[in-house]
Amino acid sequence: MIHSLFLINCSGEMFLECDYFFEAQEKATDVENVPPVISTPHHYLISIYRDKIFFVSVIQTEVPPLFVIEFLHRVADTFQDYFGECSETAIKDNVVIVYELLEEMLDNGFPLATESNILKELIKPPTILRSVVNSITGSSNMGETLPTGQLSNIPWRRAVVKYTNNEAYFDVIEEIDAIIDKSGSTVFAEIQGVNHGKPSCAIGQINNPRLLDDVSFHPCIRFKRWESERVLSFIPPDGNFRLISYRVSSQNLVAIPVYVKHIISFKENSSSGRFDVTIGPKQNMGKTVEGVIVTVHMPKAVLNMNLTSTQGSYTFDPVLKVITWDVGKITPQKLPNLKGTVNLQAGAPKPEENPSLNIQFKIQQLAISGLKVNRLDMYGEKYKPFKGVKYITKAGKFQVRT
Amino acid sequence: MTDSKYFTTTKKGEIFELKAELNSDKKEKKKEAVKKVIASMTVGKDVSTGMALFPDVVNCMQTDNLELKKLVYLYLMNYAKSQPDMAIMAVNTFVKDCEDPNPLIRALAVRTMGCIRVDKITEYLCEPLRKCLKDEDPYVRKTAAVCVAKLHDINAQLVEDQGFLDTLKDLISDSNPMVVANAVAALSEIAESHPSSNLLDLNPQSINKLLTALNECTEWGQIFILDCLANYMPKDDREAQSICERVTPRLSHANSAVVLSAVKVLMKFMEMLSKDLDYYGTLLKKLAPPLVTLLSAEPELQYVALRNINLIVQKRPEILKHEMKVFFVKYNDPIYVKLEKLDIMIRLASQANIAQVLAELKEYATEVDVDFVRKAVRAIGRCAIKVEEAVERVVERERSLGASCRELLQKSGPSGLVAGRGAHGAPLGTQSPAGRLCPSCVRRDQPQARAAMIWIVGEYAERIDNADELLESFLEGFHDESTQVQLQLLTAIVKLFLKKPTETQELVQQVLSLATQRSGPVPLGAASGLYSWLLRSLPGLFAQEPVTSAFPNISEETDLIEPTLLDELICYIGTLASVYHKPPTAFVEGSRGIVHKSLPPRTGSSESAESPDAAPSGPPPSEPPAVIPTQGDLLGDLLNLDLGPPAEGLDSLALPAPSLALDWALTAQRVAWAREGLDSLVGPGGAGLAWSVLSPGSPCPEPGSGLGAHSSAGGVGSGRLGQPAVAPRTVWLPAMKAKGLEISGTFSRQVGTISMDLLLTNKALQVMSDFAIQFNRNSFGLAPAAPLQIHAPLAPNQTVEISLPLNTVGSVMKMEPLNNLQVAVKNNIDVFYFSTLYPLHILFVEDGKMERQMFLATWKDIPNENEAQFQIKECPLSADAVSSKLQGSNIFTVAKRNVEGQDMLYQSLKLTNGIWVLAELRIQPGSPGLMLSVKCRAPEVSPYVYQAYETIVKN
Repeated sequence: MIHSLFLINCSGEMFLECDYFFEAQEKATDVENVPPVISTPHHYLISIYRDKIFFVSVIQTEVPPLFVIEFLHRVADTFQDYFGECSETAIKDNVVIVYELLEEMLDNGFPLATESNILKELIKPPTILRSVVNSITGSSNMGETLPTGQLSNIPWRRAVVKYTNNEAYFDVIEEIDAIIDKSGSTVFAEIQGVNHGKPSCAIGQINNPRLLDDVSFHPCIRFKRWESERVLSFIPPDGNFRLISYRVSSQNLVAIPVYVKHIISFKENSSSGRFDVTIGPKQNMGKTVEGVIVTVHMPKAVLNMNLTSTQGSYTFDPVLKVITWDVGKITPQKLPNLKGTVNLQAGAPKPEENPSLNIQFKIQQLAISGLKVNRLDMYGEKYKPFKGVKYITKAGKFQVRT
Repeated sequence: MTDSKYFTTTKKGEIFELKAELNSDKKEKKKEAVKKVIASMTVGKDVSTGMALFPDVVNCMQTDNLELKKLVYLYLMNYAKSQPDMAIMAVNTFVKDCEDPNPLIRALAVRTMGCIRVDKITEYLCEPLRKCLKDEDPYVRKTAAVCVAKLHDINAQLVEDQGFLDTLKDLISDSNPMVVANAVAALSEIAESHPSSNLLDLNPQSINKLLTALNECTEWGQIFILDCLANYMPKDDREAQSICERVTPRLSHANSAVVLSAVKVLMKFMEMLSKDLDYYGTLLKKLAPPLVTLLSAEPELQYVALRNINLIVQKRPEILKHEMKVFFVKYNDPIYVKLEKLDIMIRLASQANIAQVLAELKEYATEVDVDFVRKAVRAIGRCAIKVEEAVERVVERERSLGASCRELLQKSGPSGLVAGRGAHGAPLGTQSPAGRLCPSCVRRDQPQARAAMIWIVGEYAERIDNADELLESFLEGFHDESTQVQLQLLTAIVKLFLKKPTETQELVQQVLSLATQRSGPVPLGAASGLYSWLLRSLPGLFAQEPVTSAFPNISEETDLIEPTLLDELICYIGTLASVYHKPPTAFVEGSRGIVHKSLPPRTGSSESAESPDAAPSGPPPSEPPAVIPTQGDLLGDLLNLDLGPPAEGLDSLALPAPSLALDWALTAQRVAWAREGLDSLVGPGGAGLAWSVLSPGSPCPEPGSGLGAHSSAGGVGSGRLGQPAVAPRTVWLPAMKAKGLEISGTFSRQVGTISMDLLLTNKALQVMSDFAIQFNRNSFGLAPAAPLQIHAPLAPNQTVEISLPLNTVGSVMKMEPLNNLQVAVKNNIDVFYFSTLYPLHILFVEDGKMERQMFLATWKDIPNENEAQFQIKECPLSADAVSSKLQGSNIFTVAKRNVEGQDMLYQSLKLTNGIWVLAELRIQPGSPGLMLSVKCRAPEVSPYVYQAYETIVKN
């Protein structure tokens, strides 16, 4: 099982180490693109890279690597949850809590408690108020009793929950992953959808269950009922959670809400080039596309760029050769455009590669797949709780090739 | 105030301060102090502080403050080992805490005790642990279950003596799913170190319990249970189906490890289902979406998922055949993800989607990352080989690439050749005119790229309209070109001439005069001299053959995994083995006798349930794509080896297929070598390119084998103990055939090192030098582990004895006969080829002894048709003598039996590639012969095993 865990920052410096049994050899790599599974003469190192920190775990015996990777992500999620961010400073600031958390999450390399609600019952997250209260009263931020959820069949829910206000919010967030080729046709597109929810006992009904052929559920969903009736029936966990995630890949269902016209070219034998990018809306079902950001990784030979934009602002990072154009909202009447010249290093050969455009955008109140939550019924409550459903469509890994 | 304050270094004086704080009456102060100690311990920078305070910290243990208690426990886990005597002080508190009314504290205590690896403490652990295993609170029980595994790691005997294993087995039937899951996890971990212990002896009842618990336990527990289920062998297809049905919902789990473990179970049990079953089809359909979903996760997860999908695609390509697009590469994928996706794309390429794939691959050819571009271009070639119909398109693609060929070739250098090679590899139609290649696109590249381009032009001269123009354009700057390009150009023009003799006569003359008038590079002069001579003296038919000889056919995907290995790896989906595509035995540290797993045989429901053994079974009948490329002729293949000097740049390619083989160029080069040799004879200064690299492209030698071989190299002749059987040397290469070089040799294996013992005799009248050796690809991947060490030139009539260490990491191609090895030896005179048969027992590895039970199970498991019987005549040895003789050559006797006066020896051996061979040797006292029955999953090795037996026994 998981033998030990190291946290390593970008510069390869190790700042936290936990040994679960004996000392393990330390071996750190600080390069990007570090393969997630590294073999060493005696150990296997499985690592993830999150927020500029490598979470490296050392294993000695045959352990499913996905198991380890999933767990490491869970650790990072928990830190995020507890400290608001999963950064080196946050971890150093809370090192004892981190230590306590890891103790609760792992026993002898076996995951113990990874549900956030259980952990929070055992170890209370640090808040300013609590630390003030603790320092006055001398009480601890450690739970004294066995967390109730730990053993129930529904570990995601505490036994007696009381909420001051009864609300159920569902966020339907869809992300479009797409690769658009040079000529503007879609090479590949799919929608990654997520339903986030907030508590109460509920049954959700979805307009077109056929959309959800490829889903993964939170364990709270009763799979049998989904199989037979195609409704989502569940006892919701406490707090925020990811209810289901789904994938829609059939081409005709994935509408691409924006289009891009682009010319990025370099002249032969001269150290300059042209850059002209226009972005416009397409199939957005009457909703505004906003929060548009275009990022382009320019070839290494690019020295600087001289551009003007009709809308938004752009920055060029001469070190990373990344141009970021913050467009904002797209108004169909006046399409945002960014054009100008590119200066190359003198004498450098014409760059070979065609930079890809990475596009981010957001559309409020729209689930691009057409998914809708039709009904949301709650049982076992005497009063009428507030229910709300919010839709949002975002760009996931949305790339335009040039 | 945050915890980062603890990170400031503790000065000497602070120890006293801390001590005072630890002994303070105020809880808060104590806690702060313990926190400081722990912080310094986490950073590991101030161990002595932690140590010095040991007794003080332990004193804090007796507290009712849970946080403080936990902190002290944390501290104890880390330091108890270095202070075992002091740790004893804590035992009482532990024992007391194990009876605390609060289950949290009981569990915590038993958990912490298990983590303290101090023998003295372990003794005290037993009683509390026993109580905790039967605790009323499931939380305590599940913690105790894990504790058994911990204890087992410290002291296995103790655990067995105390009967904890049985208690643990009982916990599998516990009412709480979490306890079940943890018990399974603990048992699996223990079983890993005791492969034969039958700890997880599953029966339908326990399976049922596990399946029930599966639905209710945590995600991690589900992983343990699924992994455990995967080891179960259902008795018939009905049972397999019902398990599959209950496992399928796990495919929709949010945790990818659960998904992959479920996939493993399904992939394995699917083997047993009949393909006509409706359910089989449903299951296939259900498997695709979760696999695809894994790819939208974080890159690390993607990587592991892709490695596994790679296996699944090879085993059951039908699952993902429609999902090609999800493997398309995004430009910001990490490189490790990109390469995996590329590999899977090639595997999924079929006639239906080839256009799509090629368009996509072309897109990659303009990426930034050189390594990736190279692979992408090579992938185009592989696609062409795989999908015959694609050839035309590839050539086209090639040409449209040709438009951007400049950058492509510049970046990819020689692998551009592969693409061209790809077009050639498959049978070409008559059509597909490559049309006009743009001359400008090949003008200002690196020499390698130019050479590659010229090669393509020469090779496809008949289909490139402006081939002559193109080549002519290169002639202008002929003298400024590197030798490599000049040679290429010369060859290409000669090829062109042979294809279009009328139009290109002038061109040939031009190039020949250019090449010969030039005093410069020796090989070129030689080659052009040869050409001119050939062209003059043998008009017509002659040259068509050598110059335009086609490549031997090569098959696609030479890196396909061998079917039996693939089947084994399918059983390891989701594990490290699946990431490395090697069975765990190949890499798991100290491989504690890991049980080989195999897919269950397919059984029909009509088979009587009580005799599953009798069911005609065997590896899945589905015909896997051919792993073994059709064998080209010896010469062709050897020519295709990367024999060229490094300057050629080809050896950097490490191609899957016989590398691109500038066949003719090599011929020319051999002429060049001849010249080179002459030079070195003439004067020391004249020596040309040195053959520095011996096994280009082959991975580094097996650890240890290189060194060991060197040290043993000297004593091969005399130091042999006579234990391992070694055949006397035979002449492999008679002097007549090799311009005076005679080579005789034999193979041996000593302490894990295979070596080829050679005797080289110079029977010519001139000195020989610059020896080098190379093997063709062979059935077991034999390759030289070190260069041929002949330091001094070999004078006439001198003999030198060398032991060449070999490893088995070379590339693999099935040979006929299986143990055929084709060798190329080069010296300053020429390159010589010969082939020899090696005895199989040099491949028998030292850890080839199988456990008795394993042996029995495996013997039963291997279908009867794989059994082969042989008779070893005239061997008047006793059973023991035979056994010890065989043992010397790594054939191990697992068991011995006497049946009706006959001695039966049950033996096992393992080949370097992990194939196990089981044998039964029957010895009848009085009769001089032995009866040998050999059973192996790869029955084709049996005759060679028999040969090995005969050699060893009669040695």
